[in-house]
Amino acid sequence: MSLTFAAQAVAPIPLDLEFEAKAGEVLALVGHSGSGKTTILRSIAGLWTPSAARVSCAGAKWLDTAGKVNVPTHQRRVGVVFQNYALFPHMTALGNVMSALPSDVRDKAQAAKEWLARVNLPDLADRRPAELSGGQQQRVALARALARAPDVLLLDEPFSAVDRATRDRLHAELLALRADLKMPVILVTHDMAEAQALADRMVVIEKGRVIRQGATAEVMSDPAALRAMGLRDLASMLSARVVKHEEDGLTQLLTATGPIWLPRVKAEVGSSLRVRILAHEVILSRDRPVGLSAQNILPAVVDRIVPGEGPGVVVHLAIGTDEVLARITRRAARDLELAVGQPCHVILKSMSVARDHVRG
Amino acid sequence: MDWSALFLSLRLAGWTVALLLPISVLFGRLLAYRRFRGKALAEGLIMLPLVLPPTVFGYYLLVVMGRGAPLGEAWYHLFGHPLVFSFEGLVLASVIFNLPFAIQPAQRGFEAVPQDVREAAACCGMSPWRSLLRVELPLAWPGLMTAMVLTFAHTLGEFGIVLMVGGSIPGETRTIAIAIYDRVQAFDYDSAAVMSAVLVGISLFTIGVTYLLSARVGRRLS
Repeated sequence: MSLTFAAQAVAPIPLDLEFEAKAGEVLALVGHSGSGKTTILRSIAGLWTPSAARVSCAGAKWLDTAGKVNVPTHQRRVGVVFQNYALFPHMTALGNVMSALPSDVRDKAQAAKEWLARVNLPDLADRRPAELSGGQQQRVALARALARAPDVLLLDEPFSAVDRATRDRLHAELLALRADLKMPVILVTHDMAEAQALADRMVVIEKGRVIRQGATAEVMSDPAALRAMGLRDLASMLSARVVKHEEDGLTQLLTATGPIWLPRVKAEVGSSLRVRILAHEVILSRDRPVGLSAQNILPAVVDRIVPGEGPGVVVHLAIGTDEVLARITRRAARDLELAVGQPCHVILKSMSVARDHVRG
Repeated sequence: MDWSALFLSLRLAGWTVALLLPISVLFGRLLAYRRFRGKALAEGLIMLPLVLPPTVFGYYLLVVMGRGAPLGEAWYHLFGHPLVFSFEGLVLASVIFNLPFAIQPAQRGFEAVPQDVREAAACCGMSPWRSLLRVELPLAWPGLMTAMVLTFAHTLGEFGIVLMVGGSIPGETRTIAIAIYDRVQAFDYDSAAVMSAVLVGISLFTIGVTYLLSARVGRRLS
């Protein structure tokens, strides 16, 4: 159950690209506004038809302009979360979810209630959209999209209309939910940190063309791709589990190769999260250092050394299955005699991790 | 009090509303959602009855419905009586001159349904027909109701065109507006006063009900 997309168009936005989204993966389409990413989503849903395009999903041909195939939107099994949710204002939350259930579902009310429970809204079934907060509306929209039993889930900047705290919570919920999602999930966003937190793979789009696609970690460690996205900060994601909230305001987390301490993380003990680590904040050491103020020292293995333009290199380090990036000078790399496969230590300052860089 | 004139007027208004409802849904929706060549022209043509003098409009209708024109001739062959000066002719005239009163508010009603909400309906697997019934009509309802009430009230009160294409045949084309005119011509002011008061009452009632209903719809959606 995967989705393939290929399109060429001139207006209203030039498009010339193709990509594939595999079953069960979250694919982020990232790019500046006007790059064509929303147009791509609309083409997949059949809300817009490029002049030349092919879309097929779960083995079914949805669009083939050459073969004169164009399945109407309501016959494509798509679940869409719109940017402003587009809930039906005259229906309750329950009614909204029920309206998307396939016709062969027997007990629609029960099924809709289950979906609302899945998105953590079990008690608000009778409210109308106007009586719900932004985050709650977003959850109803997600429940409605999933209730359709879609072959592809399309998320169009679904977190852009809520405040940061709500956004972080929704991210965590989506990550928790996605383990059960068998279909490809396509996320349109212009927020790189969001894409990095949620996506397995990324397609970077500029002016309707793919400028880079690949695994999230790969794309995010490519300085050229980052430059194209207007980003200076190279960063990587480290997974960790919350062990304990200490009395001195720090939280202890356990990574694949050892414990780290961060300023108080708002997450329950036992929960898993991902920490965004800026490459230029990472210090490397051959031997385990002693007598150092930095508390977080993690054993790692050098995976790759990528020279950049200028005096810097980016060192890719494996910590368990995660890849942490360190941006150090060429001179430092030479002095440390870093080589692929060599063990070394990653040193992180607790205070260098910003609160909003920790995501559930 | 000419009861048969009142019932005739109500019957005429009822038929007009019944026939214009699907027409205003069809054209109101088309004008609200689609962009096409000649759209401005179509909108202008629909507005024409608003600005044309009823006599001019009535005259053209007489010509088209008369036996000298294809429509009038076809009608005569099918039903054995002329279309002019008949109740059916009056209904046809009424439908045409009420087009702006029905289509304009319906168009505004459909325009109030956000594009992404309509798209969401399709993405939820609703066929266009189902989306119309489940999403668009409930949301465009205030506009459609305004359309129907305006049409109803306007039909009750229309005078010039009715006189031109219907004349004043009791029980067939003499509406209450015409009956009031006849009574006044005959210096029977008492009857005219009663019938006028009844007409005022009906109009006030209809408009009151509309306001109540649309206020309720408004509360439900906000």
